[in-house]
Formats: sequence, C-alpha cells, structure tokens
Amino acid sequence: MTGAEQSHPLDLESPRFSIEKPAARYDKQGERADAQRLAAASRAFARDFGRAAAAYMESCIHCGNCAEACHFYLATGDPKYTPIWKLEPFKQAYKREAGPFAWIYRVLNLKRAVTVAELEEWQELLYDSCTMCGRCTQICPMGIDIASLVGLARHAMFEAGLVPHELWAVAERAEREGSPLGATPKVLKERLEWLADDYEVDIPVDRPEAEVLATFSSIEIMKYPASLVATARVLNRSGYAWTVSTAGYEATNFGMLSGNLAWQRDMSMKLIEAAIACKAKLLVLPECGHAYTALRWQGANMLGRPLPFRVLHISEFLAEALAAGRIALRRLEKSVVFHDPCQVSRRGGATAAPREALAALGVELRETRDAGGRSFCCGGGGGVVTIHRADELRYGAFRIKMAQIDASGAELAVTSCSNCRQSFDDGRAHFGWERQMGSLLELVAEQLAD
Amino acid sequence: MELLEFARGPALALALALFVIGTVWRLAGIFRRPVKPDYSEPRSTAVAAGALKAIATRMWHPANFRSRTLVGTLNAYGYHLGLAVVFFGFVPHIAFVERLTGLRWPAVPDWLFALGVALTFVGLLYALMVRLSSPVLRLLSNFDDWASWAVTMAPMVTGMAVISLPIGASYPGAPANPVPVAMHLLSFELLLAWLPFSKLAHAFLAFVSRGQTGAAFARKGAEL
Repeated sequence: MTGAEQSHPLDLESPRFSIEKPAARYDKQGERADAQRLAAASRAFARDFGRAAAAYMESCIHCGNCAEACHFYLATGDPKYTPIWKLEPFKQAYKREAGPFAWIYRVLNLKRAVTVAELEEWQELLYDSCTMCGRCTQICPMGIDIASLVGLARHAMFEAGLVPHELWAVAERAEREGSPLGATPKVLKERLEWLADDYEVDIPVDRPEAEVLATFSSIEIMKYPASLVATARVLNRSGYAWTVSTAGYEATNFGMLSGNLAWQRDMSMKLIEAAIACKAKLLVLPECGHAYTALRWQGANMLGRPLPFRVLHISEFLAEALAAGRIALRRLEKSVVFHDPCQVSRRGGATAAPREALAALGVELRETRDAGGRSFCCGGGGGVVTIHRADELRYGAFRIKMAQIDASGAELAVTSCSNCRQSFDDGRAHFGWERQMGSLLELVAEQLAD
Repeated sequence: MELLEFARGPALALALALFVIGTVWRLAGIFRRPVKPDYSEPRSTAVAAGALKAIATRMWHPANFRSRTLVGTLNAYGYHLGLAVVFFGFVPHIAFVERLTGLRWPAVPDWLFALGVALTFVGLLYALMVRLSSPVLRLLSNFDDWASWAVTMAPMVTGMAVISLPIGASYPGAPANPVPVAMHLLSFELLLAWLPFSKLAHAFLAFVSRGQTGAAFARKGAEL
C-alpha cells in the first residue's frame, strides 16, 4: 500500500461489515515502476492461462449479449459494464503476447501494449462491478465463462498491486490474523463459549478426532452468531462426532476474491490441515458462497491431490441428513422465497439441496422469476460488498433482486450465504425495505423435531 | 493470365491453403495450452455428455434471457441459414464444389434460393445497423468486426452482379462476361482466407468454447 502504514480499522457496527470508509484511498499497492507492475501482471496472467481460458479468449464474437445478463449493466445501462468489456486489456494483452497470431499483432502493431493507466482504469470493472456471479456465462452464445476469466485477471491485478483499498486490506488482515473481520482463534473461542452457555448447546472445540469438521464464515462469527448455534444444533441432532477446530475454522477466502493465489492457498490449507489433523471424513462449509468455490471446487487443487475427506455446503449437509433420517423437521406453514447464492448454485451445482431442505419443512416455495442457476446476484459477491466506492452501483444491482423477491409475495425470504445476507441487510437499510433476508440453516434449526 | 484464370487457379489455391493452415494454427494455439489436473471430487463424470449438451443447447438462449435477445438471435439465424442456402443450394456453387471435390447434391428450389439471398442481405444489414447504433456493440467493436462484416457481405454483393445467369444454369466454364465472375470468386476467396484469422472463426471455435464450459459445468453438476 502506497504511503504511510494503514491500520484499516474495522467497521462492525454498520449493516455491512468491512473496514471503515477510508479517508484517503490507496488503490495502488507498493512502490514500483510501471514496467515492473506490467511484468508482474503479465507473469501472473500467463501462469494460470490454460486451454479453457485460451479457447474463451479466441471465441468472443462481440455480440454484447452478456450485457443483458449483468445486473450492473441492467441497473445502469452503461456499456462499460458489459461483462466481456471488463476483460478488454487482458484480451488485448493475450492477442498481442500469447495468442496463436501474436507475432502478426506485434509485427504490424495491431494491438497496442497495455499500460498501467489502463489497468488502473479497469480496476473498477474487475472488482467494483463484477461479483463473478457468472450469470453472463449463462447467456453467452459461445459459452464463454467470463467469470473464470475475471478470476484470472484478478490474479494479475493483485500481482501488479492494483487491488481496491478495502479488498486488499481485508485480504491482508485475513492472511495475517486468520480472519478478515477480526474473528481470530481467541475471539472464536470466546464466542463459542458464550454461545454454548447462553443457548445451552454443546459446541465441541478442538476434539483430537471427529467425523465432521464444522467451519464458519467470519460474517457468521461476528454478525450472525445465531448461525453458529444453528450449526451446532443440527450437527448435534444428526448424531455425528463433530468438532470446531481453532486451527482451521475460517471458510471465507479473501485470498481468492482479491486475486492472491498464495493467500488463497494459505487460507484453504488451514481448513484442509485441520480436517486431516482430526481425521475428519467430512468438512461442512458454512452458509457462505465463495467458501464453497474455494474449498469444494478449488481446495484439492491447492493441496495438489484429492482431499482425503468430503466437502459439503451446509445446505447439502442438511439435505443429506434429512434424506438419511438423521434429522427431522416440524412443518412450517409459511410461503418462502429462496435466494440462490451464485457460487453455491449457479457456479457450484448445489441448487437442489436447499430446495430439498425447504421441501422437508413443508413450506410453500415461491421461486423468483429468475431462480436457481439463472437467479440474480445480490450485488455484494466477489468482494464487492467490502468496497465503499461501489456502494451506489451495488444498490442499483440490489434493486433488481429486491423487486424479484417482492414479486414472489412470499412471507419469508431465506438464503444460504451470510455474505448475501449482509448485502441484503445493507440494501434493506439503504432503501428502507421492509423485508429481512433470513438464513435457511437457522430456519431449519428452529424447526428441528424432537 | 486472365483475371478469371487467376481467381480459379493460384488465388483459389492460396485461399484454401490459408483457410486450412489458419484453422489448424488457431486450434493448435488453443490445444497446445496446458490443462491443469482438477483434483476436486466431481459431482458427475459425464463431462463429454455435458460438452455435447452445451454445444447443442447454446444454439438457443435459455428462456430467462429470451425477451432481451430474441430479435438478435432470430436475425443471426436468418443470415446464417440464408448464407448456407445460398452457398450450398445454388447450382453454380454446387458445380464449383464438384469441380474441387467431386461431390455434388441437389440444388434448392428457386424460391428458397431467393429467400436465402433476401434473408442474408436483410440480416447482415440489420446486424450492421445494430452494431452502429447499440452503445454496447459500438464499445465492443473493433477492426475485426467491421472487416468481417464487409468480407461476408462482399461475395453477396459481387454475386448479385452475376445473378443475371439463370438460377438453374450450370457452372459456366467460359462465361460471356468473365470479370464479374472473377470478382465474385475472388471475394469468396477473401472470405475463405480471412475466416480462420478473424471472429468468423466462431464457425469452429463455438464448439471448443461451448464444449469446455459444458464439460466444466457438468463436472460440477451446475446448470448451463
């Protein structure tokens, strides 16, 4: 971070937990010459550039359909939010430096070399206005997975030292302290002791051996502690020997969101090593969207071999436990609308599990117009919710989601991502919206039958 | 060497060579890239089926998006099908292919050929109008977009100059007026040579990128 040391005090009082709004922004980290930044960006981009990414870079026909799927474009009508445009400097660099006809582009100077100024300009497009929700992938006639390319571009941006102030700060705190929101092992332990006493629930911590390792998101630990209690109640009722590990409990992965692959690996390895240490057969991820991508789909690749345990999102765990008869629920005579967390549903494939849990509750499920794999993002994913300067843009995107939830006419709204929940809390406060986005897990825990 | 002789000889050979070499080179540029092993536990192992499904289903947009993309999609179908009818269904074109490959097939009826011509002209002009007027498309467009449009339109325009031939007439070995025929052939050869180096390569790249995503999403059990 350029300039003086930054302390980045946390704001844990607002509806949205992040660092406090910076008085002065430092969106450029480190003191380096532009050439060094570009070289670092280029190395990082090339490092992870495989066959799929090359196929995508080659295939765009500039039809612009992806704009029609992006909540940021739909909310603003500004063409710069067209998803594929967010990758323009990287497409340009690919064509000039790495594509099959790169030598032609270079010799004839058909594509200019990308500059640091362009990358700085694109920071907003790659971070503030992309939640990596992947809705654009659903509409692209060429099937280009734009969200995965944004992930690669973020690797390059991090290496170039061009990450938005807040996202860099929370990622750095997560790497240093083990949590982006100050949920250190000491804080976790104190919270769990307090919750166990207050709610009279058994929460085993640091058992040397357990069948199931439970993990949490820092948002749950700091903002929604009832989710921790709900996790404990469900796991206790399911009859598994389970534990929380103070060595590996934080499932959020700001290394992944900010684009730092080394930090992503560090954060994933804490969970993996904790599960291996207690000989867990199953690791249960919390109500967190990107944690699912980070560990369920990328965790084994961080380890470099298949994980010696299964990984389930808590909604999948609920569905399995219900199907196996490990838990039973009392009926709930309500209508419910479910908000699909993009990383769990659209990009993770676990779309059916929460609906199976809702079916077991006996509720009347009222889907939004766009649901499941086609649903709209809350606007806060991909780290966007941490970035203060993105607030107005995010509220615009949230308005689309809010309207669809309202149109469902359901009595209750639930989701299975705490980051989505805090985006809803923040949007609710901003718009004075009457509705409250609840937790599927907490709803299930409340309805556990004796 | 007469212009027509040049178009039927060295120019055609060069265009075909560029088409083949460019296509192979571009695909090799993709397939030579490494594929990192994915150690995550797959939800489904039917990845080949997922790839094929994505290739097929991306021919049409999912219902959620249709209201926003229907006109553009229908127009694209219009000029793609029109081009196919014009190229593969016109007697002189079939004769041209037969001379090169020995293959032949029945021509389409005159009314269908005329419809193909109309759909292609109207569709390409509409596509150009949208690209010029849409802020999104104006932002995304580069030289490749404009050149590819022009190179696709050129054989249609030059074709109209020789359309005075009866539709059912066979490929003329020695046309009365050889220059327009040569121009038509040269414009087609330009299209052939340009295709693998440009966005027109989506003719084959669509299968690669759709297949990649279809396989990846099938592995995760995710809807596409």
